[in-house]
Amino acid sequence: MFESLQLFLAQWVPDSIATVLVILVQAAMVIVPLMLAVAYLTYAERKVIGYMQIRLGPNRVGPGGWLQPIADALKLLMKEVIIPSKSNVYLFVIAPVLAIAPAIAVWAVVPFADGVVVADINAGLLYILAISSIGVYGVVVAGWASNSKYAFLGALRSSAQKVSYEIAMGFALVTVIMTAGSMNLTEIVNGQQGGMLSWYWIPLLPMFVVYFIAGVAETNRAPFDVAEGESEIVAGFHVDYSGMTFAVFFLAEYAMMILISFLTAIMFMGGWLSPFEGIPGLETLFSFVPAFVWIALKVSFLLFVFLWFRATFPRYRYDQIMRLGWKIFIPLTILWVFVVGVMAYFKVAPWFVNGGVA
Amino acid sequence: MIAALKRQLKTWTLWELFQGLAITGKYLFKSKITVLYPEEKTPMSPRFRGKHALRRYANGEERCIACKLCEAVCPANAITIESEARDDGSRRTTVYDIDLFKCIYCGFCEEACPVDAIVETRVYEYAFEPGEIHVMNKDMLLAHGDKMEAQIAADRAADAKYR
Repeated sequence: MFESLQLFLAQWVPDSIATVLVILVQAAMVIVPLMLAVAYLTYAERKVIGYMQIRLGPNRVGPGGWLQPIADALKLLMKEVIIPSKSNVYLFVIAPVLAIAPAIAVWAVVPFADGVVVADINAGLLYILAISSIGVYGVVVAGWASNSKYAFLGALRSSAQKVSYEIAMGFALVTVIMTAGSMNLTEIVNGQQGGMLSWYWIPLLPMFVVYFIAGVAETNRAPFDVAEGESEIVAGFHVDYSGMTFAVFFLAEYAMMILISFLTAIMFMGGWLSPFEGIPGLETLFSFVPAFVWIALKVSFLLFVFLWFRATFPRYRYDQIMRLGWKIFIPLTILWVFVVGVMAYFKVAPWFVNGGVA
Repeated sequence: MIAALKRQLKTWTLWELFQGLAITGKYLFKSKITVLYPEEKTPMSPRFRGKHALRRYANGEERCIACKLCEAVCPANAITIESEARDDGSRRTTVYDIDLFKCIYCGFCEEACPVDAIVETRVYEYAFEPGEIHVMNKDMLLAHGDKMEAQIAADRAADAKYR
């Protein structure tokens, strides 16, 4: 599809410009739906948490409150961007960019259905791990540049937490790579063919849980949101940000949430594969459902779980977060790397038959 | 030993976390208690203490006899009264002001009044723009009383047996 677009454009403009134009189109096709998803994720968050607290949530702007995210975005756009007088202006302005750039760049390798991906590179998982960990810089730089103690403490907490959970997350990914025998996300999904029971969540169940919880910690979401604990450090690293600079941090956080959900769905829940593959009656009954709908359903469920967590659990104490990350998740993931090794050696069906690396 | 094993099992299966999630999950489907305010309103007691009013007797004579008990009892000093003898020799107020910014809506004026003249009504939907007059004078109080008389009388009747 994009090849034909490039050929079409190349008739009028030089090849290099055609390539750039195609890349821009591809970027827009990922970023625009992503931003819309983020906007409506904030709406869903307020609605879900409201419903869990037997309230109605936003319901005034537009029918059922459907225009609420648009109103919020307009409000943030109109607001003044206040730059503290003793801050480091250059870093202060560049920090939100550092936060959002990786959150958007990772989407380049995320497949939305078989072959529907901007860059189908072989080191996809490695790329995601590398790029998403750069997101910490945005937080650290924001906290430092604000020249405020609250922001600084928030940034320190947030960066320490992200670094700790990155390790557990990385090991969880190692087990996935061992099971699939590939770092290419499309191949990881295709390795899970054969219905709900051949998805990797069964042999990697503890890793599935660890990865998702580490993902919640990575994105600084409740119950791991000590970085913005409003009762202690006001709002953490973004206390001094207002208007659009604040909105950009917000977008980055929610884009990362959606990314974590996508990755969990791809690596442990069969991505765009139908859960009914291989079940005689149901397979044909649901064969009309497009691949994208399956992954959208799985991602929506995982995002709902994010919101569900926030509505349910009280915030962790900081030392408990560190204990969970270092003393439980890391040993558990290392242990499971060995368990997966054993399972791959004995070629446990159906997960390790064709992919597994022993 | 068994207890310790049970505890470990509970910890590693995240049992209590799932219990918590089940509770919030159940509440997700409960009927909501939100009252959509301008369209819906909560029920109100006849004792509600809102905007003040001065009442009249059925023949149109104002009740207030300027005894100044309300002025004396008012803990916020929100009431100002001046009085004079009227042409027919009866004692009546010339000034009766209530500063609604000072008033704390305690209802003492209403309780102090020997003739049930000053009352607080159920009206609570009022506001003042900056610079707008926030002192209710005698005419405003009487006008409000005339407008709300049916409701005021009904509320006093409903509450009479408890007084």
